Amino acid sequence: MSLKPFKKIGIGVTFSPNLKANIHEASRLALRLKSNLVLIHVGEQSTEKDTKFHAILEHFVKKGLVFEIIFKPGNPVDVILSITNEKNIDLLILGALQRENFLKYYVGSIARKITRKAQCSVLLLINPSVEHIACQHIVVNGLKDPKTTQTINTAFYVAHQLNSERITIVEEINQDEIAIKVDDDKSLRKTNILKERIRQREASRINEIIKTIDSEYTKNISIKSQPIFGKQGYSIGHYAQIMRADLLVMNAPSKMTFWDRLFPHDIEHILTELPTDVLIIQ
Amino acid sequence: MSPKKNILIDFLRSMPKNIFSGFVVSLIALPLGLGLAMASDAPPIAGIIAAIIGGLLVSILGGSHVTISGPGNGLVGVLLVAISTLGLESAYAAIIFSGILMILLGFLRLGKLADFFPSSAIQGMLAAIGLIILGKQFHIMLAHKIDRADTIDYLLEIPYTINDAIHYKNPGLIYAAIIGVLSLCIMLFYPKIRNKYLQLIPAPMWIVILSIGFSYYFELVAHEANPIDKNYMISGIPNISTIISEIPIIDFSKIGTSAFWASVVALTLIASIESLLSIKAVDKLDPQKRRSNVNRDLKALGLASVGSGFLGGLNVVTVIARSSVNVNNGGSNRSSNFFHALFLVIFIVLFSTELKRIPLPALMAILVFTGYKLASPKTIKNIFSIGKEQLIIFFVTLFVTLKVGLITGITSGVVVTFIIHIIMNKGVSLFARNVLKPNVLMFKEDEGGNYYVSVKHFCSFLNFYRLKEKLDAIPEDRDVVVDFSLCQFVDHTVMENLNDYQELFTKRDGHFEVIGLDMHDTDSKHPFAMRRLLPVPNLIKNSLTKRQSAIEGFAKDYGLNYNADKQRETHFLDYFLFFRTKKINHIYNKLSEKNLAIKLFDIEFSEGEFIAKEVVRSTMLHIQLDKNIPEFTLDREGFLEKVYAFAGFKDIPIQDHSDFSKRFYLLGEDVEAIKTFFNDDITHFFESNPYYHIESNGNAILVFGKERLASIKEIKALFDFGKRLKDVIS
Repeated sequence: MSLKPFKKIGIGVTFSPNLKANIHEASRLALRLKSNLVLIHVGEQSTEKDTKFHAILEHFVKKGLVFEIIFKPGNPVDVILSITNEKNIDLLILGALQRENFLKYYVGSIARKITRKAQCSVLLLINPSVEHIACQHIVVNGLKDPKTTQTINTAFYVAHQLNSERITIVEEINQDEIAIKVDDDKSLRKTNILKERIRQREASRINEIIKTIDSEYTKNISIKSQPIFGKQGYSIGHYAQIMRADLLVMNAPSKMTFWDRLFPHDIEHILTELPTDVLIIQ
Repeated sequence: MSPKKNILIDFLRSMPKNIFSGFVVSLIALPLGLGLAMASDAPPIAGIIAAIIGGLLVSILGGSHVTISGPGNGLVGVLLVAISTLGLESAYAAIIFSGILMILLGFLRLGKLADFFPSSAIQGMLAAIGLIILGKQFHIMLAHKIDRADTIDYLLEIPYTINDAIHYKNPGLIYAAIIGVLSLCIMLFYPKIRNKYLQLIPAPMWIVILSIGFSYYFELVAHEANPIDKNYMISGIPNISTIISEIPIIDFSKIGTSAFWASVVALTLIASIESLLSIKAVDKLDPQKRRSNVNRDLKALGLASVGSGFLGGLNVVTVIARSSVNVNNGGSNRSSNFFHALFLVIFIVLFSTELKRIPLPALMAILVFTGYKLASPKTIKNIFSIGKEQLIIFFVTLFVTLKVGLITGITSGVVVTFIIHIIMNKGVSLFARNVLKPNVLMFKEDEGGNYYVSVKHFCSFLNFYRLKEKLDAIPEDRDVVVDFSLCQFVDHTVMENLNDYQELFTKRDGHFEVIGLDMHDTDSKHPFAMRRLLPVPNLIKNSLTKRQSAIEGFAKDYGLNYNADKQRETHFLDYFLFFRTKKINHIYNKLSEKNLAIKLFDIEFSEGEFIAKEVVRSTMLHIQLDKNIPEFTLDREGFLEKVYAFAGFKDIPIQDHSDFSKRFYLLGEDVEAIKTFFNDDITHFFESNPYYHIESNGNAILVFGKERLASIKEIKALFDFGKRLKDVIS
């Protein structure tokens, strides 16, 4: 199966305290993934702004970064979405906000709207930094869903490009799959046997997917599969947080599938409570 | 042999034991049933009917194993209100409907209902019920019947009643009051006396037997009329034919009134909570470590309540004191509940006229004691040690329950708890934002197969059921780690429940660990302290008692280690048969050899629950062996053992040592291995040494003498005995 690299990475920029960190993160990623960078600024163009952006980017241009800056006034959501479409951007980077006093991150209302409507993949950054921080552990979802194969593939591609050491594939299994309710010893035993069976079924399904991936991308990475019985979309975030994962890769919510009608809020849980950086694959 | 057949054989083999324990339980159920019914202003027989119907139905349909069902003390308060506002006939209708609601709760799998109430609020409610029982019955116990509208008035008048009782002129009343006080003394001092013949009959039955004997004494020996005032004799015990022919007419006409439904809801709520709490507590005592199916039990109890209501009986609930008596007397499955009901039927058929000889104050003394146990100062002290805020919750619930009613009381408890939580977290946002989130993550770790549970945001009585659901899905013999490091707030209810889980897992060879809470102490972000840390061993007492210094001296003389502190790590004792149905509180004053092979220690353990609870302190010796030996129990032969022998415990005879077999009582599963193990040397050793209770669990031996602390001389003798025993065996 072919891996889909990201050709163009877009990032919305404003003059906030995080500006430098955001651009640094985006540029580093663009270099790593061998993609072009598009800076989108919602507002009028001015030479002053232009020189500021160039000053920050200078360091990366030396290393071979190709970039363009686009200025367009208007509603932030509309502007960013339209430019994403025009320029064929296939990965959009958005920054998260931090809840006062707590080490908790969430996606602000603008970024949230963009995430929901975007046609391309989205990367949500919780803690952009000027310095490079290695991405060691990636957690990716292994839902039983047509999109999952693509998501896992991309996760391996990104892991390979970022020199990550570990990938954990989390299969969230809905409680409803276990028809038996635990009441006493007998039903507990039955439940555990059933769970074990589901676990093995899921593990073999994931193994099938991994087999299809080019071994070049999988060889230096330790792969683990972890079944979790819990609420879809929520447990994986919780898991990523406990495991101190550096990146969580998830399927994009598609409006029309059967799964989505059943569990409409998977990604919403993640958006209100970002456990780590999140990459949503379209 | 097919497993089915095995089950049947096991069942039949354990039958005699269950009949025996059913009999002992019926001895305590009879006076309690009569008393609880009278305390609720129902005819005394209503309590017995509830116990009989409950025993018969729940034993067949229920989902728990060693519980006993019958009329409960928690319900007295509600039934009292129901009967006084609705009248007896309509109250029966309310009982029937509450039974139907309980069946519904069972079908809706709401066995988790009790988890939604903060534990301090439940404690407050139970204490209020205790005070209701105590307040009302105290006056009757002193032969001073009064009628007041408010429960608090009953309590406030206790001093006046005592004063009146001291100045009684009427000899009938004086006798009645004396009987009451004597009965109360029996209840109070019975657990203090450790005599196995005396203990065979539960305290309430002693009261019944003694008071019936008293009445016969006057009739047959003194040829006088019973000196106790006629008004203070139990009345209205019909014989069996009247019970059957005069089934009460149930009045369904008040079904449309709100008072009726308030009673139904209160009855259902209290009956469910009392049953669920009892089942949880009894499960911890079950020697076979089985898990109860609470929803099935709720259905069975509901059905039994419906039946009992139609026949003129009270609500049927699972009762803690009687269940613990059942476990302690060897009850191993539901058949003991069945037999307890059967024996009650026999009592009523044979002795219903005898029962009329029981004076009311005697029965009421039992209830006063029950009420006192529910509202004992110890509970309050306990709650205070957890935190001042818990005391607020406790007292608010207590006073509102006394002043207004049970439903309002428990609701106010919930509200106050929540308000305190909000104040401590400086805002409602933590709860509002996260209450609906599935905040508990559980997964099985790859390495080692441990279960890891992580809790996020907050964990309080509001969402504890989520954590409970996950924890219940883990077999108790596994290792569990519960991590609260992502959790900002953990309340007392959760901590208490986790402690219960911890005990349960340890008892069943699992391991239950709570982590991530130490951080809360130092983290300035969470400056409240609802989560109390798990009980840690009590720290050093500064001064040693005389006995302790003597032990210390003994330790020095013989080069032993001595540690006076309380230690809670007593898992090494769990495998002994003796402790299967007992709860070890701690060991202290531990003497040990350098290599820890022989340990001698004082131990505090408790037996039974609630009013049947007895705290025992004893001195024991533990010998760790290098090799495996058969499991056995050895005790001196006595009358009781002969009784037990009837109930299916078999003494193993050792050939060529008839003296040993005559004097000792040897028990064990693997008869052949035990016979080989008891060779001439070992048998001779036991024959020529003082008697001790000796028990082997396969690789260790437990030795103790009396069920009290040993003196220094006895400690020396015990230690010497242990050393020589070890030499003989190895």
